[in-house]
Amino acid sequence: MTESLAITKFSDLANPTRFLGLAARILPWMAGATAILFAIGLYLSFTTEGDYQQGMTVRIMYVHVPAAWLSMMCYSVMAVSAIGTLVWRHPLADVSHKAAAPLGAAFTLIALATGSLWGKPMWGTWWVWDARLTSVFVLFLMYLGLIALNRAMDDPGRAARLSAVLILVGFVNIPIIKFSVDWWNTLHQPASVIRMDGPTIDQEFLWPLLFMAIAFTTLFFTLHVMAMRNEIWRRRITAQRRMAARMAGRTPGSEA
Amino acid sequence: MTALLLRDFKLSVRAGGGALIGVLFFMTVVAVIPFGVGPDLNLLSRIGPAIVWIGALLSALLGLDRLFQTEREDGSLDLLLMQEQPLVLTVLVKCLAHWLGNALPLVVASPLLGLFMNMSEIAVGATMLTLLVGTPALTFIGAVGAAVAVTLPRGGLLVSILVLPLAIPVLIFGVSASYAAVEDPAPFMPPFLILVAITMFFAVIGPLGAALALRNTND
Amino acid sequence: MIKILTKVPEMRLTAENLSARRGEDLIFQDVSFDLSAGGALVLTGRNGSGKSTLLRVVAGLLRPETGRVTWHSDTAESGMHAAEACHYLGHRNAMKVELTVAENLSFWKDFLGDFAGGRGISIGEAADAVGLGGITHLPFGYLSAGQQRRMAFAKLLVAHRPVWILDEPTAALDVSAEGVFTTLIKTHLADGGIMLAATHQPLGLENAKELRMTGFAGIAEERW
Repeated sequence: MTESLAITKFSDLANPTRFLGLAARILPWMAGATAILFAIGLYLSFTTEGDYQQGMTVRIMYVHVPAAWLSMMCYSVMAVSAIGTLVWRHPLADVSHKAAAPLGAAFTLIALATGSLWGKPMWGTWWVWDARLTSVFVLFLMYLGLIALNRAMDDPGRAARLSAVLILVGFVNIPIIKFSVDWWNTLHQPASVIRMDGPTIDQEFLWPLLFMAIAFTTLFFTLHVMAMRNEIWRRRITAQRRMAARMAGRTPGSEA
Repeated sequence: MTALLLRDFKLSVRAGGGALIGVLFFMTVVAVIPFGVGPDLNLLSRIGPAIVWIGALLSALLGLDRLFQTEREDGSLDLLLMQEQPLVLTVLVKCLAHWLGNALPLVVASPLLGLFMNMSEIAVGATMLTLLVGTPALTFIGAVGAAVAVTLPRGGLLVSILVLPLAIPVLIFGVSASYAAVEDPAPFMPPFLILVAITMFFAVIGPLGAALALRNTND
Repeated sequence: MIKILTKVPEMRLTAENLSARRGEDLIFQDVSFDLSAGGALVLTGRNGSGKSTLLRVVAGLLRPETGRVTWHSDTAESGMHAAEACHYLGHRNAMKVELTVAENLSFWKDFLGDFAGGRGISIGEAADAVGLGGITHLPFGYLSAGQQRRMAFAKLLVAHRPVWILDEPTAALDVSAEGVFTTLIKTHLADGGIMLAATHQPLGLENAKELRMTGFAGIAEERW
C-alpha cells in the first residue's frame, strides 16, 4: 500500500508538466543556496593558511577535488537515469541523462584543467600518464562520445535508449577511476577525505573543502534541473513544429 | 548457431570481406611508424610491442562498424531478432566469427611486423600471445559500439569514438604484459592475467550491451 | 474446412487493440484481429498508410504503443513470443549477395530451424517450388531483382513456420511469378497455416479477410 503510494507520488513528479512546475518553484532556492555555499566556501578557501610545503597552490584543491567528485557523481546520476530509460521507458529519465552529459563533461574538464595547473608546480609537469589521470581523461572522452551520439540521432527516444545502453556499459570505468590510485601505486595521492579510518587530511583544509564540495554539488543539481527544463521546452517546441508541418498538408476532414 | 558462425566467417573471408583489408591496414600503420620516428633500430625495438598493439587496435576497429550494419541493410537483422534463441548468444557468435575472420589474421601477421620492428624473439612471442588474448575483448567492446551506431548512416567514425575509451585498459595491459616479458624486473603474469580477466569480462558485458542496443534500435 | 481443422493442431494468432506510432503521429489505433488455422489477412492501403508498421508490430520488431499480439496453440508452451511462430518477409530479402543461393538458403534453414508441428522442405525442392531450380549454385548477387525476390520467398519454405508475414511479397515480380506465389500461399493456408500480407495487388485468395489501412490515426497523446 505504502509502496504503491510512493510509486504514484514518484510518477506524479515524473510527469514533465509537474516537473516544470516543481522546477520553477525550487530553482530560486537552489540557486540561492548554491550562491551562499559558494560565498562561504570561497571565503574559507582564501582565508585559511596555505600548506607549508605547497604554499598558495594548495587552494587549487578546493576547486579540483569537488570537480573531480562531481565528474564521477554526474556519471552515476546518468547511470541511474539510464536504468530509468531502459526499464521504465520514462521520458523524463531520457531528458535527465541527456541534460547531464554536457555538465559532466564540463566538470571533468574543470577537474582535468585544475589538476594540470596543480601538477605543474607540484610534479613539475602539466600532465602525467598515471592511472587516475588517464581514467579521468577516458571519462571525459566518454562524455564527449555520449554527446556526439545524442547529436547524431534525430529521433530523441531512440537516441536516449541507445545512449542509456552505452552509459551502462561505460559505467565500468567509474570503479576503475575511484580505485585506480589504490590499485596502481602512482603519482596521484590516494583518497584522503572519505576513508574507513577517518580523514587523513588536516582539519584546517577539511572545512573549506567540505563547503566547496557541497557548493559544487548544489551547483550541479541546479544546473541539471535547469538543463532538463530547457530540454523539455526544446522538445515541446520540436513537437509543435513537427505538428505544424504535419497539419500544413492536410485539408481538415479528409484524414484522421 | 554453427551455421551463423560459418556464414559470417565466409562473408569476412570472401571478396569484399574485411579480413584482407584489416591485415593490409595493420601492416600499413606499422610500416608508417618508422618514417615518423626515424629508422633507429634500438628505438624501434623498444617501442615495437606498443606500435604493434596500437596498429592491431586500430585495424580491429576498422571493420567493426559493419558487424550489424550489413545485416540491417539487407534485412537479416529482423530475422535474427525474431528467433527463439537468445539474442545475446547470436551476438556472441557473430563476435566470434568476426574475431576469427578479422582479428585472428592480425594476430598471425604480428610476428612478421615484430621482425620489421627489430623486436627480440621473446618480445615477438609475448606480443603475439597478448594479442591473441586481448583482441577478443576489442571485438566484444566494439560490438556494443556497432550495435549502438547501427542505424547511423555514417556510424563508422562514431563507433571508434565510442569504443576507444573502453578499449584503453586492454591496450594498457596488453602492452605492459608484452614489455614485462622482455624487461627483467616486471613479472609477466599479473598484467597478462588481468588482460585475460578483461577479455572474459567484456565477453559477458559486450554481447549483453549489444543485444540490448539492438532491441532498442528498432522501435 | 472442418476436415482441415481436425487435421492440424489448434492454433490462433490474436491481436488486441494494437496501436503504433511513428514520431508523434499515431499510424493506426485499436487494430484487432483473430486468425486461426487457414486464415489469411490482407492489408491494403496506399503507401505510408501503416501496413508495414502493423506487420512489424505483429512480427515483434516494433513495440506497439498499446495492445498485444498473442499466439496460442496446443503444441506451444505458454508465454511464448508470437514472433517465434512467424516467418517475416520484409521489403529487403535478408540474403547475402556475396554467398550463393544454396549457402544463403541452407544458412537460414539451419539457423531458423523448424517450428513444432511441421518440417521445412529441402533447398532444391524449395528452389523448384519458386520455379528457379538448378541455379542454386550461383551467387545471390547474380540474380535479377525478380529472381532474388523469389529466392527470398523460398526461404519461407525451407524452415517451417505456421505464420507467414509478407510485406509486399509480389513487388518486382511479373504476373507468372505472382501466380507461383499465390499457389504457394494457398498451399500454406490449406495446410493449416496463417498468413498476413500487405499488398497492392490482389493475391487472388477467396476467403481472406481484408483490413484497410488509412494511415495517420491522429496525433499521439501529448508526451511533453
